[in-house]
Amino acid sequence: MTIDGSVSPSGAVAPARSPAPTSTSSRATRILGTVALVGTAALVVFGLWITPPDAQLGETIRILYMHVPTVSAAYVAFIITAVASVAYLWKRTEFWDLLAASSAEIGVLFFALTIFNGMLWGRITWGVFWRWEPRLTTTTVLFLTYLGYLAVRRVPTSTRTRGTVSAVIGILAVVNIPITHKAVDWWRGLHQEKTIFGTVDPEMQGTQLFTAYLGLTVFLVLFAWLLIHRFRLAWLTERAEEQGLDAAIAERRAEGSLS
Amino acid sequence: MNEAAYIAAAWIGTFGAVAAYAAWIIRRGRQASELVDEQDRRWM
Amino acid sequence: MIRDAALVASKDLRLEWRGRVGLGQVLPFALLCVLLFAFALDPDRGVLQRATSGLFWMIVLFAAVLVVQRSFSVEGEDGVLDALRLSGLAPASVYLGKVAAIVVQLLALEALLLVAVAVLYDTTLRGWGLLLGTVLLATLGIAGAGATYGVVGLRLQGAETLLPLLLLPLLAPVLIGATRAGDVALGRSAGPGWPWAAMLGIFAVVYVSLGAILFRPLMEDL
Repeated sequence: MTIDGSVSPSGAVAPARSPAPTSTSSRATRILGTVALVGTAALVVFGLWITPPDAQLGETIRILYMHVPTVSAAYVAFIITAVASVAYLWKRTEFWDLLAASSAEIGVLFFALTIFNGMLWGRITWGVFWRWEPRLTTTTVLFLTYLGYLAVRRVPTSTRTRGTVSAVIGILAVVNIPITHKAVDWWRGLHQEKTIFGTVDPEMQGTQLFTAYLGLTVFLVLFAWLLIHRFRLAWLTERAEEQGLDAAIAERRAEGSLS
Repeated sequence: MNEAAYIAAAWIGTFGAVAAYAAWIIRRGRQASELVDEQDRRWM
Repeated sequence: MIRDAALVASKDLRLEWRGRVGLGQVLPFALLCVLLFAFALDPDRGVLQRATSGLFWMIVLFAAVLVVQRSFSVEGEDGVLDALRLSGLAPASVYLGKVAAIVVQLLALEALLLVAVAVLYDTTLRGWGLLLGTVLLATLGIAGAGATYGVVGLRLQGAETLLPLLLLPLLAPVLIGATRAGDVALGRSAGPGWPWAAMLGIFAVVYVSLGAILFRPLMEDL
């Protein structure tokens, strides 16, 4: 995923090189993208047609084939953000900063989808869109936490300050994940309601189990694919801004030399 | 029947949102890469 | 290190005392909240009494946002943080001093607020041991997370509106724990209250340690 940062010495361009791509795609993303697309198609077929309705959950299990993978992928995303944040504070390289930011943005998207799915599941199961179900509540609190992270990244400031501040927030936020989990679980401990995960048969078998794992795999591949593209976009945006800045400075210099 | 509608909404909403986000990123990536020097967009 | 922290804390508290912002602005705001909650939740239905603990902690959280903001805007104004950095004090000491100053201010506020709530919401205060433990641990946690975010707010000039969005979701577990422990102390709900206080303690330890570590990078490239 890293950028081929090899700037040839003396600026001489190697002759045999193919032209650089005019998008964020590369061979790796095309392969990943194809896998994601095929996997998604398979997941739709398995999740909506082949698998039988669940003994306890009935048809609503079909929502879980997406609900569980989106929330899992989101947690993976936030762990990547946290690791990249630590690495940024340590190494201070742009790579880690942009990786943390890209991963967080996709995590927030997946969290939003998790909440959306969960509410539709609740509408069927409870008859209302919202109950203070622990998992859904935790997800919403953490969703807002990471919205704050993304908001911080949009504040205009120097690259270094933005990197430092958002790395600190990325670390503080991830530590809050287990604490919020525990707190919300205890908080709702007295109110036993049908929870999203609590009713999943632990001895899920056959096509259901296969579909569950397929869903997880598909969303992790999707996540990886999105992450690479998002990272490259972030990289390009930084370069474009730099060049814009360079151009502006050059212009100012030119003006200055005229007067 | 109502159940099916909610399940369909969940699937369409989820994959629709991911597809929209992906399209947005890729489009912005194309736009941004036009502004950037060639040496800065050689991917691994 | 402790001595340095005490130095920073006493400097902050002296500044605060001279400015009287806490006394003149934050405390009246907290009292105003007590009234507003009464308007929002009809006092005749007993909601205020039953929800005293939760409302109390909501007000504390709002007030904490203001106190944290204040605690760092003082630094921003005259470049005091710059001076602190150049003074050779360890960042961790500066952080701990900040936390201590915020804790003292919040404790003072909470003491007065507790009286106000007891009188206006007709709540009998009891379960003093658990109540005090909860107040101390929750306040330490709020100040620990708050001081870190305060300096974040300072670094992002002109983004003060971000502070509540950043701080309040993080403090959600504190609100839950402190409210529940308070409910138990006041006899509003059964069950052991100390596990909640223990959770508040863990939160405080985790965030104060993280703050002490992360304050260095935050101050370094100011």
